[in-house]
This record gives sequence, C-alpha cells and structure tokens, in this order.
Amino acid sequence: MEGFITWWTSAIVYGTIIMYGALGEILTQKSGHLNLGVPGEVFIGGFAGFAGAFLYENAVENPNTFLLIIIPIICAVIASGLAGLLYCFFTVTLKANQNVTGLALTYIGVGIGSFGGQYIMIKAGCTSYTRVQATSDIFTESIHHLVGSPDNWFLKMFLSYGFMIYFAIVVAIVLHIFLKKTRVGLNLRAVGESPATADAAGINVTLYKYVATMVGGAIAGLGGLVYIILYNNGGWTTSNPMETLGWLAVALVIFATWKPINAIWGSYLFAFLFWFYANANVLGITLSIPQADLVQALPYFATILVLIIIALRKKKENQPPASLGVNYFREER
Amino acid sequence: MDTAIHFENVTKTFGKVIANNQITMDVRKGEILALLGENGSGKTTLCNMLAGIYYPDNGKIYINGNVAAITSPQDSMKYHIGMVHQHYKLVELFTAAENIVLGLNPKEFKFDIKNAIKRIQEICDRYGFNIDPNKKVYNMTVSEKQNLEIVKVLYRGADILILDEPTAVLTPQEADVLFSVMRNMKADGKSIIIITHKLQEVLAVSDRVAILRKGEYIDTVETKDATTQSLTEMMVGEKVTLNIDRPEVVHNIPLLEIRDLTIKKDDGSIAIDKVNFYIRGGEILGVAGIAGCGQKELCEAIAGLRKIESGDINHVGESIIGKKPQEIIEEGIAMSFIPEDRLGMGLAPSLSITDNMMLKDYNVISPWYNPFVNRNAAREKAKQIINELDVKTPSTETPVRRLSGGNVQKVLVGREISAGPNVIVTAYPVRGLDINSSYAIYDILNEQKKNGVGIMFVGEDLDVLLALCDKIMVLCHGKVMGVVHATKTTKEQLGLMMTGTLDLNEEKPEKSFGIASDSLIQETIVDADEKKEVNE
Repeated sequence: MEGFITWWTSAIVYGTIIMYGALGEILTQKSGHLNLGVPGEVFIGGFAGFAGAFLYENAVENPNTFLLIIIPIICAVIASGLAGLLYCFFTVTLKANQNVTGLALTYIGVGIGSFGGQYIMIKAGCTSYTRVQATSDIFTESIHHLVGSPDNWFLKMFLSYGFMIYFAIVVAIVLHIFLKKTRVGLNLRAVGESPATADAAGINVTLYKYVATMVGGAIAGLGGLVYIILYNNGGWTTSNPMETLGWLAVALVIFATWKPINAIWGSYLFAFLFWFYANANVLGITLSIPQADLVQALPYFATILVLIIIALRKKKENQPPASLGVNYFREER
Repeated sequence: MDTAIHFENVTKTFGKVIANNQITMDVRKGEILALLGENGSGKTTLCNMLAGIYYPDNGKIYINGNVAAITSPQDSMKYHIGMVHQHYKLVELFTAAENIVLGLNPKEFKFDIKNAIKRIQEICDRYGFNIDPNKKVYNMTVSEKQNLEIVKVLYRGADILILDEPTAVLTPQEADVLFSVMRNMKADGKSIIIITHKLQEVLAVSDRVAILRKGEYIDTVETKDATTQSLTEMMVGEKVTLNIDRPEVVHNIPLLEIRDLTIKKDDGSIAIDKVNFYIRGGEILGVAGIAGCGQKELCEAIAGLRKIESGDINHVGESIIGKKPQEIIEEGIAMSFIPEDRLGMGLAPSLSITDNMMLKDYNVISPWYNPFVNRNAAREKAKQIINELDVKTPSTETPVRRLSGGNVQKVLVGREISAGPNVIVTAYPVRGLDINSSYAIYDILNEQKKNGVGIMFVGEDLDVLLALCDKIMVLCHGKVMGVVHATKTTKEQLGLMMTGTLDLNEEKPEKSFGIASDSLIQETIVDADEKKEVNE
C-alpha cells in the first residue's frame, strides 16, 4: 500500500504538469493551430517562474506570502504567453508552416530557458543547483492542513498537494464549459473547424487565433512552473528534462480527443504509466535498465492505441479540428 | 418599383485581370433578378462586393438609395444583404442551429439556443423550408445544407439574398422546391439575385435577367421577352447554335462490359453496388447521378486505380481485373476525370504541356533502356494537339496551370485521345467551361464516336446528357436505377431516378438492363471467390 501511494502521489504531481501543457494545447488546437512549441512554452514558463521567484526572494528581506505566489505565476504566464504570441505572429500573420514554427519554438524556448537559468545560477554563485526556498515552501504547502494531518490513505492520496494541482482541474473544467456552453467558445470551435465559415459569419478569425494561442501558451507555461517549484521543490539544475513533459502533453491532446475533461484523468494515467518503471517493484516486477527505458514509452503506446481506436470508430466528434495545421488565407477561394 | 441596389460604374481588378469593368445596373425591390454570364464573366465577383468579401476599386454601390461602403461581411449584414456561396460555408460538426447563430451577439456570454431554435422554426414554416435545427450538418444532404444556408441569412435579417449557382448540385425536383421557396420570399418583399449560367432556370424563375460578358455589363431584359437563343447570344456575344450533334453511328460490339461490379469508397462504405452495364463501340453512354454517387469510384475502377470488391470488368471479352493501370492503357482504355478543382487529376499543373504529354507515354516515347527523356517527341505531340484542338497557349513549354480552364481540359482530353483508345471514360469534361469550349469538347467526343470508340460520359447537366448521349445510365447511391435511351426519356424521369424515387429495375424486373444480348463474355457470371477456385 505504501509503495502504491508513493507511485500515486508522484503521478498526480507529474500528471498535473502534463495537464497544464495539454490544456493549453487543446485551446490552441481548437483555433486550428497545431503548436509543436508546447515543450518550449513549458520550459520558458518554468524558467520565468523560477527567475521571478529568485529575483523577488533576493530583493527583499521578508518576502510577502501573496507576492511569493503571484510573482512566479505572473512571470510564467507572461513569458509563455509571449512565446505563444511569437508562434502566432509567424503562423497567423506571416502564414509560416505551423510544424516548422512549432519545432523552432521548442528549441528556442529550451535554449532561452537553459541560458537564463544558467545565468541565474552563476549569479547565485552555484554551479549545478539553485533553489527558491520560500516560494517552493508556499507552493508545496499541502492543503490537508485544512482538514487535519495526513494519517489516512485518503488524505495522502487526494489532499496532500499544493494548490496548483487543484487549480489545474479547475482550469480543465472552466475550459470545458467555455468550449461547450459559451458563445465565444462556439465561435472559437468554428474558427478551428472552418475559418472561412467563421470569417463569413463575422467572427474576427485572426483575433481568435491570437488570443487562443497566447492564452494556451500561458496555461502551458504554468506546467513549467509546477515542474520547477513543486516537482523539483523550487530547484533549478543544469539539466531540466521539461521537454519530455511537453511532448507528453502534445500526445495527451490526441489521447483526450481534444476534450479538456478527458485531459484530467488522461494526464494522471500518463504519469502513472510513465512512473511504472520506477515503481514496478510495487507489483513485484523487477525491470532491467533497457526494459525501464522501454516502459517509459507506455504513454506514447497508449496514444497510438487511442489513435487506432478513434480511427476505427470514425466518430466525427472525436476527430481533430478540421482545419488543424492549415493556415487561413481569406483571399483563397 | 423601388430600387434596392444600384451599382454605379463599379470596377474591380485582380492584378491585370479586369473582373468587373464600369458596371452600372439596378436590382429592384421584390424581384428575382437572374445574373447571367459564362464562367469568368464576373458574376460572382460583382456579388462578392455586396457580400463584403471584395471592395470595389472604383465606383459606388447604393443600397436603398444611400451610398454604402461594404468592407466586411458584417457590414453586408448591416445592410441586410445575405449571400449563399457556391461552396457552402458551414461547420460540419455543428448542428443547424449552432451554424445559424454562429458569430451573432458576441456580448451574450451563454447562448440561448432554445430561443434561436424557435425563431428558426418560424422562418422555416413561413417560407417552406424543411430543416431540423438539431441535425448535425455532416448528416445533411446537399439540398438540406443549401436550405440551411438560406435560413442562416434570413435569420440574420437579410432583405436582399444572393444565391450563387444554387441549382448546380440539385436534382430537377429539388430545384423546383427551391424555386417555390424563392417565390415565397419574393412575395414577402425580398429581393433575390440568382447567379447562374443555366438558361432554362433563368426563364423558369426570374423576373428580369442581367447579362454580363467578360466583366462588362451587357443589358438587363425582362424575362418574359427573352428566349434561350436571345440570352445565349447576349451572353456569348455572337450567334451560336445551341444544338448538340448526335451523329448516328452503326453500333459495334460491346467493348466494355461490366458485370455485378461492387466497389468501396475510401471510408469503406459501398460506392458502386452490383452494377451491370456495357458500352458499345460508336456510342456514348451518359452517366447521370447526384454528385458523390459512385461516379468517381467507377471511373477509377475501370482505369485500374481502385481495387474492386467483386464482379468483373471485361474489355472485348477479356477481364481486366487485376491488370495494372499501364496495361489497361495499353489495351486502349483512356480515362479522364475532371474533379471540382479541375486540375487535381490527370495533369500536373506546374509542368509544361510537353511534360504533361510524357506523363502517360513516357515508356513509349523513351523506351526503358534509354535513361534519358525524349522531349522532342513529346513536344511534337504537344504541338499536334495544340493545332488539332485549337488550344490557346503561348508555347508548348507553358505550365498547364497558366492556361485557362477550357484549354487545360482540351490538353487533357487531347492527350487521352492521342493514344488512340477504343474506350474513353470521361467525367465532367466540360466542367466550368464556356459555351464555345464545351461545344469544342462535344465535337471531339462525337468525332471519336464516329471512329467507333465507345465513350462513357459522366456528366452533371441533364440537358447536355439528353442531347449528346445515346443512352443514359442513372446512378443513385451506387445502384443503377436504369439505362434509358436519351431520345425516349425526359429530364423529369431522370430526376426521379437520380433521387431513387423511380427504379426501372422494379418496374420491369424481367428486363436486365446491363447485359448485352450479344455479350462477349462466354461463361456465366460467377462470383469472384468461385473464379479464384477455377483459376487454381
């Protein structure tokens, strides 16, 4: 039981990072843009959140709790939102190829983040590890204190996390309602399905694409923040394998069939499968190193399986937005 | 009568091309105005300026007497103008109601779909539309989608409706329903502009006809004073004979015989369902049917491009099932399919006419042991086709995409014919062509017919099929509804067969249409499975 709970809790935290990335990407893809720059956005978000926290913690003697929370979040959101803006400028305004632009954004994001993180580490006089202690303490403060101490399995499994974990679920539900129930959501889906139709109906296609991509980028950036501040306990190291999570997020969008609600359980399942290699002993299985590497690919296998299933079922509602990956030119008839 | 729209010297150019030149004309309130002209005469461009898709370079548009500046589709909506485009602008995944309210009231956070459905129902009842607001668009038929488009613009309060080629995809019966709806709207005081190049419809439904030719405004005439002949002359600008020749040719043996053919579509559904028919040398077999009823799959199967499920395709008594496309071409079967975008199949748009000649004959022009391309032979052939078919092109090296539609199609048909086939399968060869080019293509086909070639002509215009073909086969959802002699049938009968209302197989069960009395197929029909066993 103990082993299982450890596996479970690590999966929840890890899964939340994937969930933020996937939710951002769902919003972006609903506008018809396949942004392969998610890993870059996650990385930039992680770095910006870390940098904000580091600068604030070092600037004042007694950091204010509220500012400790809000500064990293704002930094992550703005930085990743700007990454989304860059992507949008290339693909919407300049009509550049979406895949190439996205991949470039991934490399740029990882590059800028690594460079900036390294710079901060040197500033702090460290060579391989720098930590934002105060910020991390607040973000990792588990909410079970509200109800009691974590002596039973229920509290450990469901209430022993920082607020950002629960916030992801809120974002998913809000996104679901937004897409399903609101007029703006309906318009956004129309933009992703058939921009020419949306345009003729008087919807500002360019604006919708920009806003969806930027907000999507900002949400993905929160994933990076969770990685550094919660998962890494506020520590920045020389190597931060956040891209892996970004790619898992892209896979999760397909796995969730573009539905935010599915992204909730999907992300936890992905993380659960991902951590199978480290927790196999719980099930009495011992894995050799090459076997463990292979097992880490389980989420991708699951995605392929889902792709096969949705291809076979041919249900229109489970297909990607019809104009996904295709730039919109109004003049083209 | 009051004027709803007044164009004053409206000019629109695209680069060097003048789409509309100094157009001055009126649309009255409460009338149906037909805007007539050949492809490329500027009808759609003119209306797109009302819809806010284009903005005039010069000139003014008055709506109800006031100068209007229509710079976007929203502006157009403000002036109560609604346009139904030729290619429907609908979100397939949404319901009818969701499509209708799309883009409206952006300030309203949660949308009130129930109220919208009520209003949609009111509009439907008032004018006689038949749509279910909760039906998803991808489940709708083409005519339902069209109704939805019209309801959409009415819901937005349109008083001036523009319908761009509305009947192109409808059966004669569906078109009649549309016309009665249009008359209802007219009685309600709405102005309707119908863009078309079909003369019969113009005469059937409009009050006045405005004619455009090559971007110039020619005249507006009262429909009651017009005839097909007078309208065509204004449209083309010269005297034309509207009769399509149907030379009498002594019929030959059945060249192509199709038995119990079943083909699947790409998505696995049945495209062609147990079809029997044959084509004799020296006859043109027309194939009629609503778009997407298996025509494309049938053509592809005959050309060896698509796997068949069961049945047999026989060419001069010999099965061509399992043969490679190249072998089928060598046997003398030529296939040309003109898809909707007109360049997608058969020709490579960016290659020159010469290079396109080689696409089919590369192994004849340069034998396999010669690693180099023999461009001279291909160029000679290109020149020959350009001369014989009067293709208008600067040179043989001009990329095909730079030619006009008619010339592209002449190149394609010319290449297919130059191989000296004995069976020609051609689908929509006059799609999008002006009258003179269309007649040139009919002449080419008739010439081949006289030479004893068997021709299968897949078409969309029933008037053309009735005039050109010897026999007409009607497809409905992949089934043959019957094969009729073109001289002994009517447009209405074909229309009923296209929708599956009339099935001649049921009327005359004793007669099997598709099997020739002098069939060259020796053995009795056997299933594909049994045949396999026989072969083994």
